[in-house]
Amino acid sequence: MPMIQRHSILRVTTKLLTPFILMFALYVQFHGDFGPGGGFQAGVIFGAGFILYALIYGIEAAEKVAPPGIIRVVMTLGLLLYIGVGYFGMFLGGAFLDYNVLRQDPVQGQHLGITLVELGVGTTVAATMITIFFSFAGRMRRAGRSG
Amino acid sequence: MIAANLPALQIVLPLIAAPLCLLLRRGNLAWALALFVSLAAFAIAVALLTQVLDSGAISYELGGWAPPWGIEYRVDVLNAFVLLIVAAIGAVVLAYARRSVAQEVPTSQHSGFYTAFLLCLTGLLGVAITGDAFNLFVFLEISSLSSYVLISMGRDRRALTAAFQYLVMGTIGATFIVIGIGLLYMSTGTLNMADLGARLPAIGANRTVLAAFAFLTVGATIKLALFPLHFWLPNAYAYAPSAVTAFLASTATKVSIYILLRFFFTVFGPTFEAEEITLNNLVVPLATIAVLVCSTVAIYQGNVKRMLAYSSIAQIGYMMIGIGFGTVTGLTAGIAHLFNHAVTKGGLFLVLGCIVWRIGSCRLGDLAGLGRRMPLTMFAFVLGGLSLIGVPLTAGFVSKWVLVQAAIEQGNWLVAVAILAGSLLALIYVWRVVEVAYLRPAPDSAPEAAEAPWSMLIPAWILIGASIYFGVETSLSLGVAEAAARFLLGGAG
Repeated sequence: MPMIQRHSILRVTTKLLTPFILMFALYVQFHGDFGPGGGFQAGVIFGAGFILYALIYGIEAAEKVAPPGIIRVVMTLGLLLYIGVGYFGMFLGGAFLDYNVLRQDPVQGQHLGITLVELGVGTTVAATMITIFFSFAGRMRRAGRSG
Repeated sequence: MIAANLPALQIVLPLIAAPLCLLLRRGNLAWALALFVSLAAFAIAVALLTQVLDSGAISYELGGWAPPWGIEYRVDVLNAFVLLIVAAIGAVVLAYARRSVAQEVPTSQHSGFYTAFLLCLTGLLGVAITGDAFNLFVFLEISSLSSYVLISMGRDRRALTAAFQYLVMGTIGATFIVIGIGLLYMSTGTLNMADLGARLPAIGANRTVLAAFAFLTVGATIKLALFPLHFWLPNAYAYAPSAVTAFLASTATKVSIYILLRFFFTVFGPTFEAEEITLNNLVVPLATIAVLVCSTVAIYQGNVKRMLAYSSIAQIGYMMIGIGFGTVTGLTAGIAHLFNHAVTKGGLFLVLGCIVWRIGSCRLGDLAGLGRRMPLTMFAFVLGGLSLIGVPLTAGFVSKWVLVQAAIEQGNWLVAVAILAGSLLALIYVWRVVEVAYLRPAPDSAPEAAEAPWSMLIPAWILIGASIYFGVETSLSLGVAEAAARFLLGGAG
C-alpha cells in the first residue's frame, strides 16, 4: 500500500479543496479586468489545483482526469485563441489585436477582446503548468520502474 | 487589408503556424505548413523592402495604440534588409529540412521541431521589425528559448550540454539587455526606440545612461559572439541538427548584430561620446583579434562543422570591424558582409548537412575521396569556401573589399593587413577540406556514398549560387547596405 493511502486528512482535505481552488482560479480569470488578477495568475492557480490532486492521489489518477495528450492540445488552443483574436481584429479592418473593432462600441470591443485574450492566456498557462509537472513527475516514475 | 497589415503579418503568420504545427502531429504535414508559411514570410519581407525603398519607413501601430505608448512596428531600410535575410534563409532551410530532419531527429519530435523552428523564425523576425525596446527583448527571448530547444535536438548527446551552455550565456546576455532597457526606461520614461533616440540627447550622458549603454553593449556582444564572449557558439553549432546550424549561423548572430546597430545608432545616436570610444578602442581591436585568433583556431579543428563555427566567429569579426569604424564606408561593409556571410555560411552548412546525411559524420578524415563520390556537393563546398576566403567574383570579396577600403580611409593599416591575413588563414582551413576531399583516396572501408537527395542539394545550391551571384550583382547587397549605413548615420534613408 503506498504511503499516501494512509494520510486520510490530506486526501479528504484535497478532495474538499480542489473544486474551490478551481473555482477561485475562474474568479481570478474573469474578474481580472476589474480587480487584481488575470489570465496568467488564474492559469497558475488552475494548474496548481491539478498538481495538488496529482501530488496526493498519484500521477496515474491525475492523468485520468487530465490526459497528457489532451492537455497538450489545450495548451496550443489557448495560444491559438489569443492569436485568433488578433487576426479577427485584422479581418474586421483594424490592426492586429485591435479590440475596438470587435464590437460596435469600442469600449465593449475592448472588454470582449481583453476577456478572450486573457482566457487564452489562462488556458495555455494552466495546461503548460500541468504539462511541465507531468513531464518531471513522469520522468521520476519511469526512472523508478527501470531501476 | 493585407497590404496595410504586412508588418504584422510578417510576424504573426509564422506565430500562428507554430501551434498549428504542434496540433498536426504528423511530421510531414507540419513541415509542409512550416514551408508554406516561411515562403509567405519571405514574400512579405520582399514586399516590405520594396515598399521601404520606394517610399520610406513604414510604421504600424499594434492593436491600434499610437506610439510611443503602444508597441510600434517600424520598418526602415536597415531592418527591412535584416527581415529579408532572415526570411530568405528561413525559407531555404525549411525547404531543405525535411530529409535532413527525418534522419537526425526522432520521428516523435518532428512536429515539435517545426514548431520550435517557426517560433525561432518568429522571434528573429520580431526582433528585427519591432520599434519598441521591451518588445525587442521579448522577441529575443522567444527566438533564444526556441533555439536552445532546437540545438538540444541534435543526435549527439553533447548537444544537450552545448544547448545548456548556450542557455546560460544567452540568458546572461538577454538579462544584460533587459537591465539596459530598464535603465533607459528609468531615465526617459519611454520604451519606443525612436522616442528614446529623441529624448536621450537632452538627458546627456549621466551615470544611469552610461550604465544602460554598458549593459546593452555587453549583452548584445554576448549574443552576437564577439571575441572573447564567443565560447558558447562552437559547441552549439557543432552538435545542433544540420538544418538548425545552417539557420542559426546565418540568422541568429546577424539579428544580434542588428540589435547592437539599432541601439548604438538609433537609440544612443552616432554622436554619443561613450559610443565612439567603445567602437574605436574596444570593438575594432576585439574584432580584429577575433579575425586572427578564430581563423587560426579553425585551422586546427578536426570536425568540419566546428571549423565552420570558428570561421563564423572570425567572420563576425569582419562585420564588427566595419561597424566599429563608425563611418559610412565601414558600416556599409559591415552590413553588406552580414548579408553576404549569411548567404555563404548558410550555404556551406547546408552542404555539410548533405555530407552528414550521406556519410553520417563531418569529421575531416571521413571526408576522404568525397570529391569523386559526391561531386556536386563537394563542388558547392569549394565555391562556398572561395566566398568565405573572399576570392574576386564571390560575395565574400565584395564586402571585404569595401572593408579594406574603409580601413585605409581611416588610415588604419594594421587592421587592413589583419583583414588580408584573415583571408589567407581562411584559405588554409578551406584548403584542408578540399585537399582531403579531392586529393586523398577514399579508404576501402568507406561506406558507399552517392549524391545527397535533390530536395537537399537544390536548397544548398540556391544559397551557394547566391553567394556567387551577389559577388557580381551588388546592387541589392551593397546598395541597400549603403542606404542603411547612411540612414543610421543620420542621412536620408
